[in-house]
Amino acid sequence: MLTVDSLKKHFGFVKAVDNVNLEIGEGEIVSIIGTNGAGKTTLVNLISGYLKPDSGRILFFDKDITFASPYVRIKLGVGRSFQLIQLFGKTTVLDNVRTALFSKYGMIRKGLLPAERYSSVTDEAIKILENFNLADKRNLTPTGLSEGDLKILDVAIAFALKSKLLLLDEPTSGVATSDKFKVMDSIISAIKREKISTLIIEHDMDIVSGYSDRVVVMHEGRVMAQGKPSEIMEDKEVKAIVFGIVS
Amino acid sequence: MRLKETIKKTRWVIYAAIFIVLLFIPRFLSIFNLMLFEYGLTFAIVGLGFNLLLGYTGLLSFGHGAYFAAGAYTVGMIAKYLPEAYRLEILIPAALLFSLIISIIFGFLCVRHTKIFFSILALSLSMLLYALLFKLYHITGGSDGLRIPLPAAFGFSFKGIRRPEFLSGTYYYFLLGFFAVSFVVMKGIVSSPFGKALQAIRDNEVRAELIGIRVRRYRLYAFVISGMFVGLGGALWTFVNGHVTADLSHWVFSGEIVYMTLLGGFGIFEGPVIGAILFTYLKLYAMGNTQYWMFVIGATLIVLVMLLPNGVAGAFVSLFSKLKRRKAVEGSAC
Repeated sequence: MLTVDSLKKHFGFVKAVDNVNLEIGEGEIVSIIGTNGAGKTTLVNLISGYLKPDSGRILFFDKDITFASPYVRIKLGVGRSFQLIQLFGKTTVLDNVRTALFSKYGMIRKGLLPAERYSSVTDEAIKILENFNLADKRNLTPTGLSEGDLKILDVAIAFALKSKLLLLDEPTSGVATSDKFKVMDSIISAIKREKISTLIIEHDMDIVSGYSDRVVVMHEGRVMAQGKPSEIMEDKEVKAIVFGIVS
Repeated sequence: MRLKETIKKTRWVIYAAIFIVLLFIPRFLSIFNLMLFEYGLTFAIVGLGFNLLLGYTGLLSFGHGAYFAAGAYTVGMIAKYLPEAYRLEILIPAALLFSLIISIIFGFLCVRHTKIFFSILALSLSMLLYALLFKLYHITGGSDGLRIPLPAAFGFSFKGIRRPEFLSGTYYYFLLGFFAVSFVVMKGIVSSPFGKALQAIRDNEVRAELIGIRVRRYRLYAFVISGMFVGLGGALWTFVNGHVTADLSHWVFSGEIVYMTLLGGFGIFEGPVIGAILFTYLKLYAMGNTQYWMFVIGATLIVLVMLLPNGVAGAFVSLFSKLKRRKAVEGSAC
């Protein structure tokens, strides 16, 4: 569904993304790993439309979205979460998701009746929150949530937009170690239920090997290796460069 | 959920009760105090509109006097140039239309920016309008302003009736009706999906863009709706005041709009309404009792910012929830 074809993005002399080819199939969960500065976040920014590439192409369901605006990509179904959580801080958890649904359905033009009147949307928002185990916290504002729940909510909003491809930028950064698996469990189980293709940037190898179908290793802007998690973990070159283990 | 619904219902019962009390106010208040109250009501409509921008979209405009002036001058100009059209049923739509036009033009330029840049741009544009109103003496009456005679309404003329009688009779109910409608409409707007989108923009612009809200366009919508409410307030205000001058578009007047919204509390829907009415009385009594009235206004602003950042209404709400919590604690202790 997503094809990245010899994509290039240079910042001056820094080759952030250099001739990257990548293919993600429907329902596939792919992790990108690599050292700091390997170009992972740049790649996600290129795919979500925050940066425009120097050359190369991005195809989404055979549609060229290389230079499409983020707005167009969202409408097509490319959703993302952020390394630093981006939420609506003063409204309730329910409204965070509900506003996304209203926007998705083009209902934010409706300006006179209270949001509660559109009960089908509210029900759907609650169902999404249930999917992510957040339903009982729906009347809290984000300030009352744990870091892990905030991360989940951030993904739930992207999820509410009915994204066909989710880009998750470090979904567990900032989450307490003991909560990491709980967070990933709720996110991944919801994603699998809807068979959404997912691209995860992650540092934590336990999470990478536990949740992804395929691992892509990036180094200095290039794809160095890719394959099943178990194969990648055994690759000597990857071990040496990414984990600093010389055997 | 049940609890929430009951709270909501009691809220509307309280609104209705207040409305009924307001219906009988002309019997209790002296004509002087009633006039002040009418000033307060017009500013309450202004406050409702202003707060859509400040409280719900997160944009602080220091130039909303311009839309007030747009509404007020529409009335003044029609009185001067089109006396045969000087009827309420034409004046109010005309004022709405003209403030719509001005706020589309000004808003289009302003919403390109946020924060202080937005505030200053809004201020400069209103000063531009001020300069025009002030300098085009032959058209706008310059610093003399324009006189506002009593209007006709629905074929009914108020000739021979003096302003105080007009204000304490028909016009009060006309004004109250407009206030009630504005209040309900604005309440609908802020709790609608559209209002939720505005709050999303206020809370997090980046994310709002990312859930597919066209941020600039929605800011403009909010700006224009806000401008029209303020314009309506301006038009209704003219009949109470009897006179319009260019000062309405001056930034000092825009500052007063900001002040009354802060006084009432911009975080709460009813805040600006309370603020507007309080401000009217505060200003007049301060002016009446001391020539240092500006000092009084300034001092209250300092107290407000230091002690009541959520305004008077905000203070009441937190007091109320504190009492409720204490009651709950006592209840559980028993």
